[in-house]
Amino acid sequence: MKRNGAQILLESLAAEGATLIFGYPGGVVLPLYHRFREYPQIKHVLVRHEQGAAHAADGYARASGRTGVCLATSGPGATNLVTGICTAYMDSIPMVVITGNVARDLIGRDGFQEADITGITLPITKHNYLVMRASEIAPAVKEAFHIASTGRKGPVLVDIPKDVFIEEADFDGYPDQVHLRGYDPVTVPSDIEVERAAAILNEAQRPIILSGHGTLQSGATDELVALAERAQIPVITTLLGISGFPEDHALSYGFMGMHGHYFCNMAADHADVVMGVGMRFDDRAMGRFKDFNPQAQIIHLDIDPAEIGKNFHTHAPVLGDVRQSLRALLPHLTSTTRPDWIRWIDDVKAQHPTDYDAEGAEVTGPWLCRAIAQQTQRKATIVTGVGQHQMWAAQYYSYTRPRQYISSGGLGTMGFEVPAALGAQFAQDEPVWSICGDGGFQMTCQELQTVAEHKLPIRYVIFNNGYLGMVRQWQELFYEDNYHSVALGQPDFVKLAEAYGVTALRATNRAEAVAALREADAHDGPIVLDIRCVEQENVWPMVPAGAALSETIESAEEL
Amino acid sequence: MIATNSQNAHSPQRVVVAHVEDRPGVLARVASLFRRRGFNIESLTVGHSDEPGLSRMTIVVDGQGTQVQQVERQLFKLVDVVSAIDISERPLVARELALIKVSCTPQGRRDIIALADVFRATVVDVADASVIVQVLGDEDKVDALLRLLHPYGLLELVRTGRVAMVRGSGTSKPVPVSEIERRAEEERAQFGRRPDGALPFASD
Repeated sequence: MKRNGAQILLESLAAEGATLIFGYPGGVVLPLYHRFREYPQIKHVLVRHEQGAAHAADGYARASGRTGVCLATSGPGATNLVTGICTAYMDSIPMVVITGNVARDLIGRDGFQEADITGITLPITKHNYLVMRASEIAPAVKEAFHIASTGRKGPVLVDIPKDVFIEEADFDGYPDQVHLRGYDPVTVPSDIEVERAAAILNEAQRPIILSGHGTLQSGATDELVALAERAQIPVITTLLGISGFPEDHALSYGFMGMHGHYFCNMAADHADVVMGVGMRFDDRAMGRFKDFNPQAQIIHLDIDPAEIGKNFHTHAPVLGDVRQSLRALLPHLTSTTRPDWIRWIDDVKAQHPTDYDAEGAEVTGPWLCRAIAQQTQRKATIVTGVGQHQMWAAQYYSYTRPRQYISSGGLGTMGFEVPAALGAQFAQDEPVWSICGDGGFQMTCQELQTVAEHKLPIRYVIFNNGYLGMVRQWQELFYEDNYHSVALGQPDFVKLAEAYGVTALRATNRAEAVAALREADAHDGPIVLDIRCVEQENVWPMVPAGAALSETIESAEEL
Repeated sequence: MIATNSQNAHSPQRVVVAHVEDRPGVLARVASLFRRRGFNIESLTVGHSDEPGLSRMTIVVDGQGTQVQQVERQLFKLVDVVSAIDISERPLVARELALIKVSCTPQGRRDIIALADVFRATVVDVADASVIVQVLGDEDKVDALLRLLHPYGLLELVRTGRVAMVRGSGTSKPVPVSEIERRAEEERAQFGRRPDGALPFASD
């Protein structure tokens, strides 16, 4: 059966079940857009900037667990995706990125809108392809989805020159197998490694589990709960691990790291056995490496062999899919109780504040996060941007369902919140709440048009303090209050939203904010809330950059 | 001439053999990985292997500034890399070829030829005012000959970089992934607290 490259690509996507594509057209992908109508099962969502397409595909993947797909034209279209691809790469998000390129005979000649996107994305994709024949499209797409969604997940880019979309080739169905001799991730843990880890856990007096994004990625929440309960091990999550372990569980002890809870950081630092589960011992989570809990034995469950021993030597690594590893570990563990250890952590928790809200009529970050939690009964999917509001959303919501907290952790991409919420909304019917910074919102707010067109019921709550808050906090604490370029003049967000045809409300105090949240919750369709917050507020506690977890501070006076 | 275990233990240089898909762009992927992770390449040679469609890379890295284990594992993560094995701890045959062009008058030729003979090197080109000496051996041998030829006037030098092969019937060729994992597991079983060498982040 003869098909042209564009048709083969669409056939392949349909066969892959990738029926939702976030994209933006341009010259070289016109042969592809010409064929979209032939495949009504594939829904194309037109974004307003390619970065939005990448973040939307990312948000969709994070909310659904499926592989997100985005599409852009050559040159500037492709380079606009780069921030989104890198965001997905840092957080191991399964994503397939399709780009067009100039015709084959123009490649390497600096043709109009030519960019070496496979070269550019080499270090920020799990793998990428430049497909030079129509007959190679289907195998490349098959491999791309396979690589993106297995092992340690990540973005894969497929670059297709314009004339390859037009070239005809025989297409006899989508391949059902891949042949990759250099790629075969280990998912089943070995008995020796499992037994060694179990032996250490069974001997442990003060064990702690650090659960990361891998718990969510492999769907291991139930297994983790079972293991924690059996061995009575307190569970702390990393930022991206939030919602991987229900925060209303008795063994849930919040999240750790630079702005993690004080008692969490202390517990991680006082444990005698630290078990990392699907996490990578990142510097923001662990503090200064060489002073992180020197006496602890480290167990590390991960699917990526390169993560084992990267930052810390591991006493007992367990290589494999986290869910399978937890399942394998469970029967080896002795059921026990640890009243002393749990009491130790509870005492630290009782002696230090867990709520840094300042009372008053003015809206503070912690208060607003708790108000949103109350309004949504802690059930909403929360998408955040990056900065102070991201940390407050992590500290004050209390997540109980997997994939409930969606945030750019590794790359820390401001502006993620607007398009990622858009993508997440396509994965579910219940309204998505997007907790936005006033800075980040300005970076990607053109996607309000996309949101309005599709009548997506997203609730955008802008924590508007008129500052680039986290940067201001650092200038205050570490750069002698020398504020520079952090006071953000902002447009009238209500008028801006209304210009896009989106309902918007403003609140300047707590009473108004409560009313606005209630109205947003009941609203049919998208809504933007411009909530004026205290201008200068700091996120506490904090591990200053370069400090150890044991040096967590709770106020500026401690510096 | 012969690199042995004990020699390797003192040498900061490590030899990693990688078998990679013979496809456009694979060298760029490997180079990009080394640049991105800050691994220092001392030498890198690529050529065909005995398996169709696979190229063999011999990569020499500075084992003091770089965690070799990370080199191995990050390389292996690349989809186009079929295997990556650090063979430094095993008995090796390691060789390098160099062509050395030395300025030389007809009168001086005899000296240079005699010198080359001592190193079992050969003179492969003779001109009015120069000769090209070809030498094969490990780096120390090439370095020694270079030092001795220097006074004559070194005009040009090319070295291939090291190629290496494990002694005996064992190979560093690709093995099933399960085998690679078994070996990696043995390695991971070596208990310890901190990675050797420099930590990769400035926060330390």
